[in-house]
Order: sequence, then structure tokens, then C-alpha cells
Amino acid sequence: MSVSLQREAFDVGKEIAALAAGRHEIGAVASFVGLVRDINAAGGAGKAAVGEANQVSAMTLEHYPGMTEHALEEIVAEARQRWELLAVRVIHRFGRLLPGEAIVLVIVAGAHRGEAFAACEFIMDYLKTQAPFWKKEEGADATATARWVDARESDETAAQRWEKKA
Amino acid sequence: MTIKLLYFASLREALGLSGEEMTLPAAVCDVAALKIHLAARGAAWQALTQAKNLRAAVNQRMAGSDAAISDGDEVAFFPPVTGG
Repeated sequence: MSVSLQREAFDVGKEIAALAAGRHEIGAVASFVGLVRDINAAGGAGKAAVGEANQVSAMTLEHYPGMTEHALEEIVAEARQRWELLAVRVIHRFGRLLPGEAIVLVIVAGAHRGEAFAACEFIMDYLKTQAPFWKKEEGADATATARWVDARESDETAAQRWEKKA
Repeated sequence: MTIKLLYFASLREALGLSGEEMTLPAAVCDVAALKIHLAARGAAWQALTQAKNLRAAVNQRMAGSDAAISDGDEVAFFPPVTGG
């Protein structure tokens, strides 16, 4: 069970311990945790003062039951083809999440850090552009309509880095 | 032939529909033709041919406009993904 889709929160420490338990050939574990932020990056965060319009009070993740699991499994299989990996775990949550909550967890174990770091980043970059999830954000004003998050070109660029040269 | 159609996220909301079964004329045999067929239903449906970057999946795999459609297939349309 290397891939899970769930509403519930996950415990990073427990997941790493479970993945590495009794596997003493593992020398490196790299992990990535994605969190819900309280601002919308599309609003120019980091460039201008954060206005109320950019505030995010909650987010709801929609997915495509069936396809999402398959897509994540294929991304993990692709990573395993590219690097010598000893274990991989991906957990992605769906449903309504609040700022500060963890959305996604990727754990990659290998003999050495190089493949673990690279595969962890690869899995996240592909997940961002290939796995069918969609975020809808609620603003600070509870009466305002929630808005769908636009896909970011920087995510496409990040995924393209990994494309194999012909 | 009859197929299952699914719509997600902003497209689902714009159409007011998450999915349906549909019987297609024989001429509608790929994703591009299906989009044109659906767009003829009315204003909201024109998003299928006009929206930039609309994605499609056939039998739960990402598919291009030239992907073939067969009887019993599951075809989904959705905006670019924003997970992670």
C-alpha cells in the first residue's frame, strides 16, 4: 500500500517509522509535506502586502475517484524505474482543509540520499501536474463565493525538468 | 455506442452536472469529435471547445484530442489539475 487517498490527517513520524521498520538496508529517507496556506499565491504574495482578497480561510480538494489512485501509482512506478528506491509512500488528502493542515505527504527511502531527494522531488512535481486533484479556496469573507485555484505555469515548468531527453 | 461521461471541478459547476450516460452517433469516435458534439448543447457546453487547457481522460488515463472512444468507455473532462 504505497499510495493512499484519505480525508483524515496523517502522522509523518508514524509513516516514516512504518516504512523503515526492519529495513536496515535503508540509509536515507527523504520526505515532503505540503501544507494549506492562508494566502493565495496568485494574489501576488511576496510582492505586495497581503490584502484581504488574498486571504484563504479554508480549501476543499476534489479528486477523480479511481483515476487519482491510478495516476499516483503510475508516478510512483515511474520514480522506481528512474531511481533505485527501497520504499515509497504517498498520502494525499481530499475534502475540506484549514490553513496549517497537511495536504500531501511523500516519503522516499533509498540506500543513499541522492536518489531519495531526487525521487521525492520528482514525485511531487509530477503529482502537481498529472494527478487529478482540484483546489477550491474560501476567502476571509464567509459570504463570498469560493474560487477554484488556477493551475500554475511554474508547476508545468518544474515537471518538464524531468522529461527524458530523446 | 454508449459511453459514461464525467465532469470535474469548475467545469462540473459550470455545467451543473457531474456525470451522465450518453449514446453517441457513430461519427463521434474520438475526443475532439465528442467535444464538438457536446458543445452543440448550448452556451455552457461551449466551454468544451473554447476553454483553454481543458483536459480529457479516457478510461481514467490522460488523453489527447485524437484519442479514440469506444463503446463502454469512461470519458472525463476537467480543468488543469491543482493538487499537492
